[in-house]
Amino acid sequence: MLAFLTRRTIGAVITLLIIAAATFFLFFAVPADPARLACGKVCPPELLEQARRNLGLDAPVWEQFVAWLAGLVVGRDYEGLGHCPAPCLGYSFVNREPVLETILDRLPLTLSLTFGAAVFFLLFGVGAGVVAALRRGRPLDKIASVASLIGASVQIYFVGTLAMYFLVYQWQILDRPQYIPLTEDPIGWAYGLLLPWLVLSLIFTANYTRITRSTMVEQLSEDFVRTATAKGLPRRTVVTRFALRGTLIPVVTIFGVDLGSLIGGAIITETTFGLQGIGRLALRAVTDSDLPMLMATVLLAAAAIVVFSIIVDILYAVIDPRVRLS
Amino acid sequence: MTFPTPATSVTPADSVDPASPPRDPDRDVAGLSPGRLMWRRFRRDRTGVVAGIIVACYVLVALAAPLISRLYGKDPYTTYGLDTPGLLNEYGFPILPNGGISSEFWFGIEPGLGRDVFMQLVYGIRTSLAIAFAATLGATLIGIVVGIIAGYAGGRTDYLLGRVIDVMLSFPSTLFIIAFMPVVENLFVGPEEETPIWLRAVTLIIVLTAFGWASLARLLRGQVLSLREREFVDAARVTGASPARIIFKELLPNLWTPILVQATLMLPSLVTAEAALSFLGVGMIEPVPDWGRMFLRGTEVYQDDITYLMFPGVALLIFVIAFNLLGDSVRDAFDPKIRR
Repeated sequence: MLAFLTRRTIGAVITLLIIAAATFFLFFAVPADPARLACGKVCPPELLEQARRNLGLDAPVWEQFVAWLAGLVVGRDYEGLGHCPAPCLGYSFVNREPVLETILDRLPLTLSLTFGAAVFFLLFGVGAGVVAALRRGRPLDKIASVASLIGASVQIYFVGTLAMYFLVYQWQILDRPQYIPLTEDPIGWAYGLLLPWLVLSLIFTANYTRITRSTMVEQLSEDFVRTATAKGLPRRTVVTRFALRGTLIPVVTIFGVDLGSLIGGAIITETTFGLQGIGRLALRAVTDSDLPMLMATVLLAAAAIVVFSIIVDILYAVIDPRVRLS
Repeated sequence: MTFPTPATSVTPADSVDPASPPRDPDRDVAGLSPGRLMWRRFRRDRTGVVAGIIVACYVLVALAAPLISRLYGKDPYTTYGLDTPGLLNEYGFPILPNGGISSEFWFGIEPGLGRDVFMQLVYGIRTSLAIAFAATLGATLIGIVVGIIAGYAGGRTDYLLGRVIDVMLSFPSTLFIIAFMPVVENLFVGPEEETPIWLRAVTLIIVLTAFGWASLARLLRGQVLSLREREFVDAARVTGASPARIIFKELLPNLWTPILVQATLMLPSLVTAEAALSFLGVGMIEPVPDWGRMFLRGTEVYQDDITYLMFPGVALLIFVIAFNLLGDSVRDAFDPKIRR
């Protein structure tokens, strides 16, 4: 297990390094000059030179990359801005704010959005899948399969906007989505994010229903389920303790992928509902040619994907003792 | 193990009506290629056929857009609302209820510029479908080449390509596609010049292709790894077949099923990806009609004119549902053992 973890971690670090390097070097292929943006509209050449030096853009690209990496590990000193302790993600080109602080400021929203929605779509999705499998071919099963087909096909910017239109503006059941920190007001927190949660889960649920249903149908015809039924265990125990356990493996796989990609920023969801999370931050970083911010958001998104794929592999072993992590 | 008849070349006339009396058994065994068998099973799947017809309608509308435009008497570029007084109010919203739907403007007019919604929708299919189709083709081709090379060559090549695929799949793709658009565009056009429209389309195709091939390559690699050990491949190798022959005549025919299924699933996902990019403001540019840009405009004005958002929304929903159903049916027809 330990050897497996070490190997996966090394692999993950290498992957992240490649992604970081790719982002960094590609950034310099973009036409926009961040120094010019930082310098303002009327910019004499000497000031432009000054801005370039301030942003650290005068060194060769690979030197800048090494400096950025070093900042991540041991911190780094900035002229005029002082020391930035490790893990240093640098200062934004646009407003000279420390990137790490901005990220930490936006992260709670994105995490709330992700995990709140995850609770909903996991419960709805797996629940509907189990019910559909147990009632195979009956009306409930048909309803579940039609609903999941539609759910898998709708777009968040369409259904989310429709939901806003009716629930917020026409019927005034909910307020405009907003983020209130959980520690300040738990009820306001849940209330403010309820609409994005529901819309996100509508879209993600479909996948879970489909996979749960098909795996559950398979599991129910397995020998060990028949044995459990034959020895007189109640139906509920057979379903929850035996059949559901095997069903969890594929569910956990897609759950890891979904969580990883959501934490990296649900750009479209945040745009649709006007929430200022990591996704919006990343989108702004791209349009503003804000390299330090872009690096941070890309790294965060990639790290989330990689970390969750490792967690999923560990969970396999927890759920299914037959899986030997070799 | 060769499949001489690709599925696409099978016409309805070739297929056997299941209701007709059984033919000479010998002919049945010898005469039905897998492609024909697939077609026969597909025709019996009513959902699949309906979905296929709907998809065909979309394609037909996209191809016949200029003809429809001529019959309908309008085009997607003219700003009717601005040119003719009495269509838009002082805030730029249609005066008639429901987004200005009338016998003249079937689906209403666009708030602000006052263009015809029906024409925008019809020409928008063209843009989305063409870009998605080209990207699907590109991603599928790269996926096939990389997947087969990795699986067939094995060893160091396989390891290297496997890592490349891993890295590609770990990229936060939406963010990266957005970040990549200006990079790729910069390869062709200077920062000061105006981006031509065709170039933006090509850029979209390139980035969607670049981030689309990896999952298909991984899937095919796995398939080739298991196929490579099968007896018929050994037999071919023992008889002195060249690697090219083994790949094209032995391996590839067995991979058409996953390739076709994956491609049918990839196309609608790329249509929505293209729409999402335009929605975020980094996709197609004015004045090319595009569904994603209709969504963008729709979400800007939805509080006053929800009708404008409904048309691209419902049209895209029907398209994606039909395509997903078609993909399921194609899979069932190819591989009846897998039951959903």
